[in-house]
Amino acid sequence: MAEVVLRNIKKSFGPVDIIKGVDIDINDKEFVVFVGPSGCGKSTLLRMIAGLESISDGELSIDGKRVNDLSPADRGIAMVFQTYALYPHMTVRDNMGFSLKLAKVPKAEIDRKVNEAARILKLDPLMDRKPKALSGGQRQRVAIGRAIVRNPKVFLFDEPLSNLDAALRVQMRIEIARMHSDFNATMIYVTHDQVEAMTMADKIVVLQGGVVEQVGSPLELYHHPANRFVAGFIGSPTMNFIDATVKAVAPEGVTVELPGGDNLTVLVVPGATKAGDKLTLGVRPEHLQEGSGDGKLTGTALVVERLGGATYAYVKLDNGTMITAEVDGNSHIRVNDPIQLGVRSQTCHLFGSDGLALAQSTRHPLADVGRGKGGH
Amino acid sequence: MTTLAPAPSAALPAKTNREVDTRPLLWPSVIVLFLWMIVPLAMTLYFSVIRYNLLNPALTGFAGLENYSFLFDDPTLWTSLWNTLVLVGSVLIITVVFGTLFAVLYNQEFPGRNIARLLVIAPFFVMPTVSALVWKNMMMHPVYGLIASLQSMVGLTPTDWFTDYPMFSVIVIVAWQWVPFAFLILLTAIQSLDSEQKEAARIDGAGPLAMFFYITLPHLSRAISVVIMIETIFLLTIFAEIYVTTSGGPGTATTNLAWLIYSVGLLQFDVGYASAGGIIAVILANVVAFFLVRTVSRNLQQG
Amino acid sequence: MSMPSTFQKPPRWIPVLAWVIAILIFFPIFWMALTSFKTETEAISTPPSLFFVPTMENYTDVIDRSNYARFVWNSIAVSFGSTLLALAFAIPAAYAMAFFPTKRTPSTLLWMLSTKMMPPVGVLIPMYLLFKTLGLLDTVTGLLIIYTLINLPIVVWMLYTYFKDVPGEILEAGRVDGANPMQELFLLLLPLAVPGIASTGLLSVILSWNEAFWSLNLTSSQGAPLTAFIASFSSPQGLFWAKLSAASLMAIAPILVVGWMSQRQLVSGLTFGAVK
Ligand SMILES: Nc1ncnc2c1ncn2[C@@H]1O[C@H](COP(=O)(O)OP(=O)(O)OP(=O)(O)O)[C@@H](O)[C@H]1O
Ligand SMILES: [Mg+2]
Repeated sequence: MAEVVLRNIKKSFGPVDIIKGVDIDINDKEFVVFVGPSGCGKSTLLRMIAGLESISDGELSIDGKRVNDLSPADRGIAMVFQTYALYPHMTVRDNMGFSLKLAKVPKAEIDRKVNEAARILKLDPLMDRKPKALSGGQRQRVAIGRAIVRNPKVFLFDEPLSNLDAALRVQMRIEIARMHSDFNATMIYVTHDQVEAMTMADKIVVLQGGVVEQVGSPLELYHHPANRFVAGFIGSPTMNFIDATVKAVAPEGVTVELPGGDNLTVLVVPGATKAGDKLTLGVRPEHLQEGSGDGKLTGTALVVERLGGATYAYVKLDNGTMITAEVDGNSHIRVNDPIQLGVRSQTCHLFGSDGLALAQSTRHPLADVGRGKGGH
Repeated sequence: MTTLAPAPSAALPAKTNREVDTRPLLWPSVIVLFLWMIVPLAMTLYFSVIRYNLLNPALTGFAGLENYSFLFDDPTLWTSLWNTLVLVGSVLIITVVFGTLFAVLYNQEFPGRNIARLLVIAPFFVMPTVSALVWKNMMMHPVYGLIASLQSMVGLTPTDWFTDYPMFSVIVIVAWQWVPFAFLILLTAIQSLDSEQKEAARIDGAGPLAMFFYITLPHLSRAISVVIMIETIFLLTIFAEIYVTTSGGPGTATTNLAWLIYSVGLLQFDVGYASAGGIIAVILANVVAFFLVRTVSRNLQQG
Repeated sequence: MSMPSTFQKPPRWIPVLAWVIAILIFFPIFWMALTSFKTETEAISTPPSLFFVPTMENYTDVIDRSNYARFVWNSIAVSFGSTLLALAFAIPAAYAMAFFPTKRTPSTLLWMLSTKMMPPVGVLIPMYLLFKTLGLLDTVTGLLIIYTLINLPIVVWMLYTYFKDVPGEILEAGRVDGANPMQELFLLLLPLAVPGIASTGLLSVILSWNEAFWSLNLTSSQGAPLTAFIASFSSPQGLFWAKLSAASLMAIAPILVVGWMSQRQLVSGLTFGAVK
């Protein structure tokens, strides 16, 4: 059992506050991914959990025990670094056994554990090489092996795949996911790669500027972003934002006027919204299609990117707003062609002037479904 | 939620590894260097304001600025300052000019380049007493020296270098030792010049001269300033070369500040007077050091 | 108009010029080496003899007669001893500053560097008197202490720049693996920094070996290293040139070889990391 609980965690480097009060509950055996733009404090937060960075304020507990003042080695964690941080002067075997050697574990047991980890990671033939003689993917495996050997309660990963090429990244992603189900350990994983976040996480924590923007399952963040930042950050290409004025408010939804004059009723809880308010309509490129829907947008295609399966059209609407649409791969649209795009009311989001989303009237059926068999 | 009383643990400093107490690691070095910097200097300062002559123990007492006023009235001080300036200035010019030219030359591809480079830097690794003696005896000796032999071979009268051109001779020796230093530093610096930048300049139509003045020289400017400052520090107190060759003479022709202090202090044993000279040397060196430290610290901030 | 070619071959005279200059600069050393294999008469013959029967006589003479072994030993003891001592002081200091930096670290480093700027003549008199009082004049110990002090700033600086290049994540991985600061230093950092420590040590040995201000002023016979011994040849005119050459060549050869091998690393040490 290893829950990790962060309570009002803060970090400042001198006068600069980097982490500004973070509360996160991580359940046992959960795979949690921290995402956020560069510099938002993901690594800092992870390093505070690891004990590599002191905690300026707040409480951190692992497995029910306050660990703020424990050294990294005593927290029951293991960490895989972005640069792998293998000890260059030691063989693979010594790299993996180093922590046990420091802990004065008997030699025979070290060998047993190291060999076990090597077998799992298929490192057996490389055990007597130095890291310099390994490929990137192999080094990555050794770094993971070094973590496994410690049999930690919590695995910490800081962008472990960012130095690998695309194909290897997919492969290692799958392996880490498999490892998660095999080891039954809690894992915290930092990345700025959306695909990694969406595919691996039970729970995603979106950070920005040292604060948590939203915590939730991947599809919850996709379908129910709490604010404009999360809406724009999750999903690729990024969500389109269009100015819209409220025409009418009803219990089942808010009707807004689209550029070009069409009215569209978005199925959100109106709250305090009233007619005449200026809101922002959010619609993802993949939810636009050529032709008409519940409402339509018209403009001119400025750039057309054909990917085969899909075509991205970068469209300048008649009121000057730039939006992206993912249309059919067989679309005949060409540059400078006029284009009409249909919008469906279920897939739209509305954001107030404070950036917060108006809650969707109905919850997406997949928003609360976990990734694997485990029922959280 | 929040309580007014501080949590008991808050009084203790957070003890993760980052806040390890590094004083036991750092302080031994700091303390010995501090003592090394402060004790002898304080003693020099103290000696410079008392009457203290090892040959005349009767002479004691506070002298105030007496030693300094004797020193400033002594023409030898001004000669030695001028000699120091001439020595440092000429060696700097020679080493920077030739160091730069050699760096450009030996950066070209040619057969045996690496060996030629080794030959050029060799004098820097020769101990000063050996360099001085080799030049004094085997190169510049008026009777047995190689230069004298060459001169008589073509029918000239051999020159007695250390008598007729003492300062020039010392400059030759010191420059022979320090051109390799400048060369070594500048060659390293020139090698870090981006080859694409050179190619771009060549496509833009830069000939060899334009390349040197507009690309290479600006690139070397920081390394050159470092060379100048480091050499200045060492050259200000050139000693062994003079000790071995001219002993400051003939007369005071090659007496620099270092030699003056040595001869007054350890040959005439006038401690007070020599110490006053020492303080002048310290002040001179500090002016240079100020600029060097500034350059290096700018560097530290970049890195 | 000639077509400017992109593949400019360097002009033919470049190799010639470069080699002529190199040979001229190296010539005094070469001539000294040659002289060391001549007899004393050949050494001072005019015109200089180019063809002669090489003899090892000077080397055997120097080694047998003039306590040469003692001076060699003094040089070795002083330069290696002071280097080891400086490393012992500097390694912990550089480790602390590179991996546990504080606000004061940059100024501490610069201050250390500035102690190197002190002109030796400025403190010659008090050091001489101090050594006299403490009985350190003309001793290896005395010189060793001085050399340790004058090389310490350079050694700290060089080690600091080498340690800085060691990725911090490796030491952090060590901390996660349970290494305490001492284990980090001895099991991780030092093995990784061996090349850097070696070239730092070499620079310190070279500088100490060739140091000729303090050795000339503070030693005369018992504690004199080679620099001071060689200087004692300066008095008798035209005597023992061949032996002087032999003694000199033996004194400079090891350092020359070491210097040649490590020139690259020396540059960053000599310029306090300003030129790499
Ligand atoms: N030791 C430090 N001293 C001062 N500021 C720091 C320190 N470490 C990190 N920071 C600052 O804290 C902020 C967060 O850094 P952090 O490394 O956690 O970002 P990140 O989210 O991991 O970004 P990236 O995706 O680029 O890795 C940055 O603005 C960084 O400049
Ligand atoms: Mg990061």
